Amino acid sequence: MPETLVLEVRRYRPEEEAEPTWQRYQVPFRREWMVLDALNHIKDHLDGSLSFRWSCRMGVCGSCGMMVNGDPVLTCATYLETLLPGPVRVEPLRGFPVIRDLVGALTDFLVKLRRVQPWIVRETESPPAQGEYRQTPDELAAYRSYAQCINCMLCYSACPIYELEPGFLGPAVIALAQRYNLDSRDQGREARMEVLSEHDGIWACTLVGECSTVCPKHVDPAGAIQRYKLEAAAAWAKALLRPGSGP
Amino acid sequence: MNPAYRRHHPKWHRARMPIFWWLRKWSYFRFIARELTSLFVAYAAVLLLVELRAVGAGPEALARFTAWLRSPPVVALHVVVLLALLFHTLTWLHLAPRAMVVRLGSRRVPDVAVLMGHYGGWLAASGLVAWVLLR
Repeated sequence: MPETLVLEVRRYRPEEEAEPTWQRYQVPFRREWMVLDALNHIKDHLDGSLSFRWSCRMGVCGSCGMMVNGDPVLTCATYLETLLPGPVRVEPLRGFPVIRDLVGALTDFLVKLRRVQPWIVRETESPPAQGEYRQTPDELAAYRSYAQCINCMLCYSACPIYELEPGFLGPAVIALAQRYNLDSRDQGREARMEVLSEHDGIWACTLVGECSTVCPKHVDPAGAIQRYKLEAAAAWAKALLRPGSGP
Repeated sequence: MNPAYRRHHPKWHRARMPIFWWLRKWSYFRFIARELTSLFVAYAAVLLLVELRAVGAGPEALARFTAWLRSPPVVALHVVVLLALLFHTLTWLHLAPRAMVVRLGSRRVPDVAVLMGHYGGWLAASGLVAWVLLR
């Protein structure tokens, strides 16, 4: 095992430079270290000016996603050992504007997410005294996999369509819409379908499939989008055959 | 506001997507190849229509068409077309379980079973065509 490892980190300091540059750091190699540990070593001991996001260090918060050797990964869940002999290239997530160093601007995702109403929509709310909206285990299982999304944005970085067509709603937004559509307590399916059926919604997806491959929580956004397409096409055919019955 | 401070106006950097982005990863290349091989699917459909027209035009037209099909350059072309069609078909069939969630009662049918169902359908359709042509 080597004693040290080289990290090549993409730096962007808007007050100093117009284009990002690469900076090399030599860090100690520890078998138990993740890429995030190496970045924190740089921050604490070598260069305090390096900027990056992180929080939980246990693959839950979804804030430490970066490109490592060209692949979008959670840096808190990627062992340095798997990247030997190095150098290890660390870049900000692809597809997002870079604010500084490894920090991307996620505003676009947040604006789009709000459009699909990622919460339980009710036509009428029953009073709290009547108790909670109950679900069977099967009803929970119907949407549970989509509820695992941690908004880490790896799927956006893996999706070339999002990079080519920035208007595209993107994998996580559609998967999260599906999460609520499949929830037996929700009644907002039709309102979401209007947004999802737009040109920049489900139909912009050409099924590259990488979003599902890189998802650290096995959410399968590509599957959610294709299921939506089937559903939208069936609704369209139904409306054509029986006018007034469609969405 | 303290005059010593100044507002932070970040100048975001937006990277341009390279033209050859589809060479970054094998999966991107496979995706582009899958999309482009749809042209071969269109070619095969047109070829079938032309063949049907030749059948309708009588034995002489059909013989001319068959002779054209048997010429070495056309055979070579159609070997390439066949490989492209197989690639297109197989890559699409393997995506089918992702789009179809089939339920039997409360249980979801496994992806492998959905995939095998598609292969079974393909085999049955091919068998039917073979039976019509070879009987």
